[in-house]
Amino acid sequence: MQTIKVNGRTHRVDVDADTPVLWVIRDELGLTGTKFGCGVAACGACTVHVDGTPMRSCQLTVEDAAGSDVRTIEAIDGPVAKAVQDAWRKLDVVQCGYCQSGQIMQAISLLESNRQPSDEDIDSEMGGNACRCATYQRIRAAIHLASKTLEA
Amino acid sequence: MRPTSSPHTPLLSPEAPTDTTRRGFLIGSAAAAGALIVGFGSSGRFAVAGDSRLVPNPFVGVLSDNTVVVIAKHFEMGQGTTTGLATIIAEELDADWADVKVEFAPANTKIYANLLFGAQGTGGSTAIANSFDQYRQAGAMARDLLVRAAAKTWNVPASEITVSSGTLSHASGKSSRFGALVKTASELVLAAEPKLKSPSDYKLIGKEGVPRKDSVAKTNGTANFAIDVKLDDMVYAVVARPPRFGGKVKSFNDKGARAVKGVVDVQQIPQGVVVYAKNTWGAIKGREALEVVWDNDGAEGRSSDAIMAEHHAKLDKPGRVARNDGQADEALAGAAKKIRADFSLPLLAHAPMEPLNCVIRVNLDNTAAEVWDGCQFPSLAQPTIARILGMKPDQVFINTVYAGGSFGRRATPTSDYHAQAAEAVKAIGGRYPVKLMWTREDDLRGGYYRPMFAERIEAGVDEAGKPVAWKHSLAGKSILIGTFFENALVKDGIDSTSVEGGNTLPYAIPNLRVDVRNTEMPIPVLWWRAVGHTHTAFTTEIAIDMLAEAAEQDPVAFRLSLLERHPRHAGVLKLATEKAGWGTALDKGRGRGVAVHESFNSFVAQVVEVTANADGEIKVDRVVCAVDCGIVINPDVVRAQMEGGVGYGLGAAMRNKITLTDGQVDQENFPDYEPLRISDMPKVEVHIVNSTEKPTGVGEPGVPPIAPALANAIFAATGKRITSQPFTDADITFAS
Repeated sequence: MQTIKVNGRTHRVDVDADTPVLWVIRDELGLTGTKFGCGVAACGACTVHVDGTPMRSCQLTVEDAAGSDVRTIEAIDGPVAKAVQDAWRKLDVVQCGYCQSGQIMQAISLLESNRQPSDEDIDSEMGGNACRCATYQRIRAAIHLASKTLEA
Repeated sequence: MRPTSSPHTPLLSPEAPTDTTRRGFLIGSAAAAGALIVGFGSSGRFAVAGDSRLVPNPFVGVLSDNTVVVIAKHFEMGQGTTTGLATIIAEELDADWADVKVEFAPANTKIYANLLFGAQGTGGSTAIANSFDQYRQAGAMARDLLVRAAAKTWNVPASEITVSSGTLSHASGKSSRFGALVKTASELVLAAEPKLKSPSDYKLIGKEGVPRKDSVAKTNGTANFAIDVKLDDMVYAVVARPPRFGGKVKSFNDKGARAVKGVVDVQQIPQGVVVYAKNTWGAIKGREALEVVWDNDGAEGRSSDAIMAEHHAKLDKPGRVARNDGQADEALAGAAKKIRADFSLPLLAHAPMEPLNCVIRVNLDNTAAEVWDGCQFPSLAQPTIARILGMKPDQVFINTVYAGGSFGRRATPTSDYHAQAAEAVKAIGGRYPVKLMWTREDDLRGGYYRPMFAERIEAGVDEAGKPVAWKHSLAGKSILIGTFFENALVKDGIDSTSVEGGNTLPYAIPNLRVDVRNTEMPIPVLWWRAVGHTHTAFTTEIAIDMLAEAAEQDPVAFRLSLLERHPRHAGVLKLATEKAGWGTALDKGRGRGVAVHESFNSFVAQVVEVTANADGEIKVDRVVCAVDCGIVINPDVVRAQMEGGVGYGLGAAMRNKITLTDGQVDQENFPDYEPLRISDMPKVEVHIVNSTEKPTGVGEPGVPPIAPALANAIFAATGKRITSQPFTDADITFAS
């Protein structure tokens, strides 16, 4: 039995200690907004916030996450999260949408630490989040829009 | 549990089973599927009864709470089709866009056929093109019933009733939302031919500010993909497959696999060895612990370099002639100036973000199955699954859910991953529902690649710089020979998807020959977003640039001089180059390149601007794109598809290839099949031609021009001609 705190609730799950948090939240807890894309931290689809820091949940074992607070797309809130989600909708960023939970989680972290990111800041911070539909131009625009909303 | 992204009760799909007896829900599913097959009842109305909803046809329903449900016969892989289909119905219905919801149609070839295929499936950028009239009529039919219901209720002439944003009104002051009239409307007889709107009255079609229907669910984690489906007692299955295409299982030892926590079974199927576990991680670890001895007899053992060399060698031999105007050989011999280029295009994986997966459960007496899939081609998947399970196609109910990308990969003539999932269910006697899971490694190594192609173009101009001859030779594996599609799309051994774009070269050249050689290999190949155009646009649009250079003419003026009979090509070429400032000076080290190409009846031109920095590294700065896709349903979706097409084609052209060493795929995961990243994405500007032509597709046509336009821009900036992909193999380094 492993113990994991997700979205403010503590769960006991019957999995091996080396099970990635990704599979615990998806298969055991039914929180499927966080996606599997590569399993090797090369696409960012599985990005969650761990104690407020964006992390690839495919690389974090349930054992190593013990004692941490994991937050997923299903439980994001606050002004930054709202500004990001609103901007994504306003600009219709999504296409297939599969990577977008991870993109949004990463974008929220970017704006939490940098309220006025430049294109270069965005490219740098979002560089690990792949989108095969190539919605990148709109991701950049949406982050700028969210930044403006937060400034206002 | 039947997950659904719609908050209301599904209109035409089976109800969610609330109990856990699998027999119970499947009887429900089969009954619902049966009702759909009945189709139109004796009254002419679609055979779904109920006084709380108006269902005049299989494409639209209006509920008593004012919700308008549009049934999408096409799946959504991100291309915006669900939004487009909903727009068409909402327009004719004069619905309030906020009231419109979309559901996916069940598998039913008769009712939900793609009218251009005669089968239910999405591809070839046909979704809007084949549905436009059908969905307009469907919407108009519902509107007509609501108008007559209001007329009857208010005792006024129907002709005096207006409809706007989901509300019917009469000058007397009476008005009603749709919902209150549903019961009365459902009792009326359908009009034979409801009147369609004049395009000048459109409020949604072609307008800005009509948001996508899937944006909210795809930004809060609730959008439902097949990988998200979880059923009671479901097991997760991963398959150990032969490392070489055409290989087979010789023997295996599952002792280690069965010892892994969560593993519940291990079984051999025709495609390999399946490890079943209670969760995905257990299945993946179980497969790692599995020992399999492979039989490589007859399997691919060559390396991709050797295969490519064989392709090139074939170009020196005669091919099957796909087009033959005039006397190309004689004219070329007599040309004043000639160009010749040999091109190499690699195998490419589609690599959609959602690794392929599929959920199937069967009932206890094996008389019905239910499938969850981002299903691109129900008319292929349904009979394939049915055959493996020993059922009739209509015993297999398909729940189509959002697809996390496809780019063509989800529609294989063999329904490869559906077949694997069905075999996996069958191998455990249907004891558990099965979710077949592919990892990214399975995806990149799973075959069904864009075929590799070797091509050669030789062409010549006369003394005045006018083209006199063009010879285009191709060698590649046919996608369609040996498949369900061969009869329709292969003639005299020429697969239309091998030569498309090449044999339809629009330029006025009097002596022109295109010929193709079909190559053989055990590696399965497939349509990859824009199919044959992905290689023919590359080779022809680079060659035409070379010919312009030989003729000492500007690449745009040269093309335009040869497009007099192709005004839509010329139109997008003029628009893109004008918007890009073609001809204006650029700083040293910068360059512009252009390409224009028609695919799937849409016309796209792109101008690429690059900068070569001091180290010679290339940065793609800007792409100006013009598109003519006839009547535009949603301009923002058109722009999004052009942006995405540019990005998809760009990433592949820059650095993607699938290679083999001694028959085994070298690439493993994204680190060695590196997708386009945000820092690689140029600024993309899209300009849409205002048109009254029939609507055509936009999912694919943005892809073909980008690679040749980039190659031509790099030539303009550096003087280096690129004739192979990926460009990194042509010694091009891209600035990070």
